[in-house]
Amino acid sequence: MAKSKSNTIKQPGFLTRLRASLNRGNSWLTYDLRNLLPGETVDQDALDELESRLLTADLGVDATTRIMERVQSLFDGGRITTREQLANELKAPMLDVLRQVERPLDVTRESGPFVLLVAGVNGVGKTTTIGKLARKYVDAGYSVMLAAGDTFRAGAVEQLTQWGERNGVPVVAQSSGADAASVAYDAYARAAARGVDILIADTAGRLHTQGNLMGELAKVKRVLGKQDTSAPHETMLVVDATTGGNALSQARSFHESVGLTGLTVTKLDGTAAGGVVFAIAETMGLPIRFIGVGEATEDLDVFDAERFVDALFK
Amino acid sequence: MFESLSERLNKSFQSIRGRGRLTEDNVQATLREVRMALLEADVALPVVKDFVARIRERAVGSEVTTSVTPGQALVKIVNDELTDLLGSSNSELDLRVKPPAVILMAGLQGSGKTTTTGKLAAHLKQSRKQSVLVVSTDVYRPAAIDQLEKVASDVGVDFHPSESKQKPKKIAVEARDAARKGLYDVLIVDTAGRLGIDDAMMAEISSLHETLAPVETLFVVDAMTGQDAANTAKAFGDALPLTGVILTKVDGDARGGAALSVRQITGRPIKFMGTGEKLDALEPFHPDRVASRILGMGDVVSLVENAEQKVDQDKAEKLAKKLKKGKSFDLEDMAEQLRQMQQMGGINALMEKMPAGAQMPKGMMGAADDKQVGRMLAMVNSMTPKEKAFPDLIRASRKRRIAAGSGTEVQDINRLLKQHQQMKKMMKKFSKGGMNKMMRAMQSQMGNQGGNQLPPGMGR
Ligand SMILES: Nc1nc2c(ncn2[C@@H]2O[C@H](COP(=O)(O)OP(=O)(O)OP(=O)(O)O)[C@@H](O)[C@H]2O)c(=O)[nH]1
Ligand SMILES: Nc1nc2c(ncn2[C@@H]2O[C@H](COP(=O)(O)OP(=O)(O)OP(=O)(O)O)[C@@H](O)[C@H]2O)c(=O)[nH]1
Ligand SMILES: [Mg+2]
Ligand SMILES: [Mg+2]
Repeated sequence: MAKSKSNTIKQPGFLTRLRASLNRGNSWLTYDLRNLLPGETVDQDALDELESRLLTADLGVDATTRIMERVQSLFDGGRITTREQLANELKAPMLDVLRQVERPLDVTRESGPFVLLVAGVNGVGKTTTIGKLARKYVDAGYSVMLAAGDTFRAGAVEQLTQWGERNGVPVVAQSSGADAASVAYDAYARAAARGVDILIADTAGRLHTQGNLMGELAKVKRVLGKQDTSAPHETMLVVDATTGGNALSQARSFHESVGLTGLTVTKLDGTAAGGVVFAIAETMGLPIRFIGVGEATEDLDVFDAERFVDALFK
Repeated sequence: MFESLSERLNKSFQSIRGRGRLTEDNVQATLREVRMALLEADVALPVVKDFVARIRERAVGSEVTTSVTPGQALVKIVNDELTDLLGSSNSELDLRVKPPAVILMAGLQGSGKTTTTGKLAAHLKQSRKQSVLVVSTDVYRPAAIDQLEKVASDVGVDFHPSESKQKPKKIAVEARDAARKGLYDVLIVDTAGRLGIDDAMMAEISSLHETLAPVETLFVVDAMTGQDAANTAKAFGDALPLTGVILTKVDGDARGGAALSVRQITGRPIKFMGTGEKLDALEPFHPDRVASRILGMGDVVSLVENAEQKVDQDKAEKLAKKLKKGKSFDLEDMAEQLRQMQQMGGINALMEKMPAGAQMPKGMMGAADDKQVGRMLAMVNSMTPKEKAFPDLIRASRKRRIAAGSGTEVQDINRLLKQHQQMKKMMKKFSKGGMNKMMRAMQSQMGNQGGNQLPPGMGR
């Protein structure tokens, strides 16, 4: 099966769109860095204000403290005097962290479907992200199938089914209340039989503190692995950008229970700055695959560290 | 992962241990710790700043009794202030209008509006015997209307059908007319999730509000929310005259700082909290529980709930029956509760089960000593059956005898009797309520048996 299409799908309008939405939200540094420092020189007040900004962006106490210590010592040593220097000194370490996790999802396979398992806590945007991904991959020329693995929440199957219809991709579903692992099993068999390129499996939202539900998720993963030892090829955690420190706890627990290979951050179109991205990137080094910037089909972009940081600073 | 506030504070106070007064100087460093702890718990920065200023005002100049460290004293001030600010527990929905009373649900995407609509409907139907109609005006998200229909049928309330082709306002008007015609007591209107900065969508919900003139406008917010809680609460509070807040997904391990942010910024009471995905997982808001969680001191009450399954249900039921018959809760009953607590592994075992984010500092473990429970049991065991049944009989000479018999002091007997009185009062209150509620209250009271040595926020 020849798959020559580029495996990273970029959209030209991304930067403009992201910046527009960030600006709309009066986002932390986009807006403030300029207003922060009316003159060209940086003083202690500006640094204090900057600390507030980092905290407000959900960067967390630890990351903020580390960044500020560095900036402070540069400032004290007379190495930061202008606001441009300050911006650069802030950008550099952030970019270092984010570049390491900028690893786009490669869905290329020699044979058999590429299996993408999507997990996360309740209401973060798993099903919507799957709908958007389906469109992206269909547009890039892949054949896609969806598995309605959320057999618990009211209306979950119907929701995924509608996304399937919107994108013209088949959805494998069983009745509500069915065993999620059995849906996954069934879906894989059908995807393989049909020669589908990408199978994306939805799962029910679950809090990472619920041991039994995490066990159920591990079972879904095992069942897929039985059919193809390398499946799932991606186990992706979806994290809501409005989440605070708990996002880190989510990432840790899901990783412990099912072994994550990637991350998608949703709802970056709101007023949340998504500082969680930094915290998770720093402590776990999990690749960040996509970012969600709206509810519409096209509101999904490949994560790009440079553009992301640029969008925050320009 | 997180240091609990008390641990932080005790550390920062180590150098000035023993001094009897909190001063501007010695609280300075400590207030920084309070600030950090609140930020770690996701309280929004502007709210943190306000809060710390209030604590400073309250703390400076206050005396510290010899039995506690300055750190503990400050933890208590912080905890009290936080509990105060979070508001009084349990403000029920106010439905005193000509029916149908309309409830409008609002919030960000995925916060739990539709699920909570179902939970509220079930609550109103079961606990308040109201006839409820629900309707969805979410014409945007795929299958949002189907979801509410399913939820309504699960809880057995009527569902007013709508379609994604319709305009939300039209749906709302039709549903209100249907509720009038059908003589429903309550109409709950679910809405689409929206961002506070989405002007068109905020205008839409304002207009729904204008049309429906709801008696309750509830802001539904996810307990896991971080700093954004401030922006969002402000936006929704500005666009809508909110009457209350519902905090969802409290069943996770989020520190829940958003509760304080939203409470402060909207100025509205948090009326309920969602504690699970199931449609009966709705509880009145407990400020004390959320306060101790924000402070990282663990949530003893929730812990006890987990341990509840271990409690001997038979004995509990017998006790409930007895209380229902009007017989009072005697010392033997109290002893039984203590034994059950020991069976669950004792206080220390319970402490160890606390979430990683909320570990008890080592020093405090001792205060909630399992030995204390043993001693209380010894005291009860040294009483005659008559004394156990009629604690009022226990006067000075009997106290001395019991103390001698159990190797304790008279003041321990006094404390035991006082605790018994408190529990008895509580029993009365709960004997009408459900079993679970009662067991929970009893167990948490047990957690409090170390008296005033216990860290605040623990024994509620
Ligand atoms: N603004 C915005 N909303 C989003 C984004 N992604 C998802 N949503 C919305 O968030 C809400 C929840 O999305 P779902 O896809 O249903 O979330 P889920 O994780 O599948 O939820 P459960 O299956 O119930 O756990 C919906 O209203 C989506 O439209 C995003 O990037 N931006
Ligand atoms: N664990 C837990 N999950 C909850 C709670 N409340 C809601 N949920 C879950 O959160 C997810 C989102 O809930 P919904 O009721 O669909 O949220 P919504 O606000 O209506 O979402 P949109 O309409 O898409 O904006 C679902 O998976 C619910 O089951 C709660 O208290 N605890
Ligand atoms: Mg879903
Ligand atoms: Mg909804």
